[in-house]
Amino acid sequence: MSEAMNVYPEVTTSHAVHHDEHHVHHHKETFITKYIFSQDHKTIGKQFLITGIIWAIIGGLFSVLFRLQLGYPDQTFPILETFFGKWARGGQIQPEFYYALITIHGTVLVFFVLTAGLSGTFANILIPLQIGARDMASPFLNMLSYWFFFMASVVMFSSLFITTGPASGGWTVYPPLSALGQALEGSKLGMDLWLISMALFVVSSLLGGLNYISTILNMRTKGMSMTRMPLTIWAMFFTAVLGVLSFPVLLSGAILLLFDRNLGTSFYLSDIVVNGEILPNEGGSAILFQHLFWFLGHPEVYIILLPAMGMVSEILSVNSRKPIFGYMAMLGSLFAICILAFLVWAHHMFVTGLNPFLGSIFVLLTLLIAVPSAIKVFNWLTTLWRGNIRFTPATLFAIGFVSLFISGGLTGIFLGNSTIDIHLHDTMFVVAHFHIVMGVASMFGMFAGVYHWFPKMFGRYLNSTLGYIHFWVTMVGAYLIFWPMHYQGLAGMPRRYLDKSSWVSFTQFGELDKMITIVSIIVFAVQLMFVFNFFYSIFKGRKVTTTNPWGANTLEWTTPIRPGHGNWEGEIPEVHRWAYDYGKDGREFIPQTEPIGENESKH
Amino acid sequence: MDIVSNQQKKRMHPHKFILWVAIGSIVMMFAGLTSAFIVKSNQSTWMPVEVPRVFWLSTAVIVVSSIAMQMALRSFKQRGMQQYRLLMGLTLLLGAAFIIMQWLGFQQLWDVQNITFKGGGAGQFLYVIFGLHALHVLGGVIALIVMFIRAFAGRTKLYSAVPVEVAATYWHFVDLLWVYIMVFFLAVG
Repeated sequence: MSEAMNVYPEVTTSHAVHHDEHHVHHHKETFITKYIFSQDHKTIGKQFLITGIIWAIIGGLFSVLFRLQLGYPDQTFPILETFFGKWARGGQIQPEFYYALITIHGTVLVFFVLTAGLSGTFANILIPLQIGARDMASPFLNMLSYWFFFMASVVMFSSLFITTGPASGGWTVYPPLSALGQALEGSKLGMDLWLISMALFVVSSLLGGLNYISTILNMRTKGMSMTRMPLTIWAMFFTAVLGVLSFPVLLSGAILLLFDRNLGTSFYLSDIVVNGEILPNEGGSAILFQHLFWFLGHPEVYIILLPAMGMVSEILSVNSRKPIFGYMAMLGSLFAICILAFLVWAHHMFVTGLNPFLGSIFVLLTLLIAVPSAIKVFNWLTTLWRGNIRFTPATLFAIGFVSLFISGGLTGIFLGNSTIDIHLHDTMFVVAHFHIVMGVASMFGMFAGVYHWFPKMFGRYLNSTLGYIHFWVTMVGAYLIFWPMHYQGLAGMPRRYLDKSSWVSFTQFGELDKMITIVSIIVFAVQLMFVFNFFYSIFKGRKVTTTNPWGANTLEWTTPIRPGHGNWEGEIPEVHRWAYDYGKDGREFIPQTEPIGENESKH
Repeated sequence: MDIVSNQQKKRMHPHKFILWVAIGSIVMMFAGLTSAFIVKSNQSTWMPVEVPRVFWLSTAVIVVSSIAMQMALRSFKQRGMQQYRLLMGLTLLLGAAFIIMQWLGFQQLWDVQNITFKGGGAGQFLYVIFGLHALHVLGGVIALIVMFIRAFAGRTKLYSAVPVEVAATYWHFVDLLWVYIMVFFLAVG
């Protein structure tokens, strides 16, 4: 047993028991303790991943539906009425349905897929494996974290089936629209369910985040100093810190909203007339909600992005057979992004009547993010530069991530300037920007991670041919879908509008919108192909025959091909070097467990 | 080998560490609410509130309970199980008394001062902030009940002070948090 284990008697006991199981095999795990209420971080990670995939299919399908409306506003699709009844009366997507679709698409993708599905999956699977721990600091809280996410999912899913429909005031749920049931069908029961679901979700991410931070700081194996950790772990660490500090603020905003909705308080409401009825609420401030929301909302962007950045760093280094370029610069820029993430929230609020002087400070802080972002991009490119690159599907997705991060990051400079933002806010330009830089880029990071660590998760490979098709169609498709939206936005086309055909100035975009819709359908179909590849390969994929298929240095590849609970049979390996000794002293890779040789050169 | 274990012993127990991070997280939640309070208090329609006297009493109660908790921890470390049980029981009772007093305070505010949920001033914030704090105390009371029962059930085989320490730290935290909120309402509200 490692030293780390012996220090904490209570923690050790459970691990020690598990540890013995692997050798003796007398204790039988039931199906329920092994696959459902499992406390094994690897199983919990897979639970997060599969739940995330299911949500991604739902969220993606919703985007296809509203793209149908945007591409073909005057056509009818009788099949929609068959499936959705009154929501698509006469085969046409009704306004309430459209707003519900975009709201749930945003909520689901941002929170359930790219937060829980991304960091929930990879923080769980990678943290203990890569730092050399048998499990999380508290496996029980970790299990609770998944089950709170599951409950949040159930509540959100059930809100899709109620008569008044799910929340439909946009994923940012700004009051007063979200606070008043008489203003919008979706602001009735659907909105309450949305808030309950998000409260459960916040609890889930907090429980997860507490565990990730504590595990990384306290449970590293012997020799694994902080600066020897792979960048994936650093990224997960900063992600968890962001989540732990920002989600509670969203919760407090949501609690005040619940009070306004159900108990008659006026935290956000003032001087409102709905359908001729004058509401008694006085003294509230709708802007207050935006402050509370975006204080979470902006760090949330980095909660989504950082895990992808970390995994991309690792995958690019492993597959270009070169050390990561500028390890300390990568850490520094992750840290800088983490700090700045908390200081820029008001750039989402330039047009709310914010004092222009205050706005200019937020412009400055926002544009400062370009510095660490550029450092990271530079380091990824120099890591690839003259590398002996193996173009696995994971590598391609990692390179795709870098491409999208650059394209989407550049448009961030436009939007970060408050003067330009006055023209561009609430247009398709914003939609294009955040989908490329946050949505699709992080999806690419997630795909890269799934392709790269699938052998560790399931002991089999994903099919590479399907992987290549998946990559190229998604890559080309992503640019075909979102690039034209920049032009629409610059021309002033608003986002979230059901039908823009009555504006003569936007009729020029009719054919473009059709093209975007067709590409979205193709890209969505290819994602379903990936889902097929995923589930097929779990059972029928090519088997992994060696413990270290990618020739990587990190600790997860020193475990058995299909590690049990406890990860290592026998002792936890000791670490002697950083994670990026590739192509050094004439050797292709030197695992972290190998002691430093006498004549070894420095990196 | 010894050197390494000694080094590792200096590290905090993971459960304690988790608690500290959780405390940071709870602090952020109340920081969000109190800064919302400050932002709104600058508006012209703001309605201030007079904090009912009962809350002074509850402040005294929770401070005393914090001292009792600390003494309980000390007697646990000194293996004085009898005294530990007594002091834990006392902490538990004081915690419950605190929550009841908060309820009485709310009643006074509602019935006597006529501050209901109508509006969005200091009074409504008081209900939300005091209420959420009381929920956190309630969580602590439930944890204490579990530990209290454990202190009686069976023989204690493992004399690890960690669970008691974790509970004590949380208890002191909700105490401090209450003092912060109280001072905040007196100074700003």
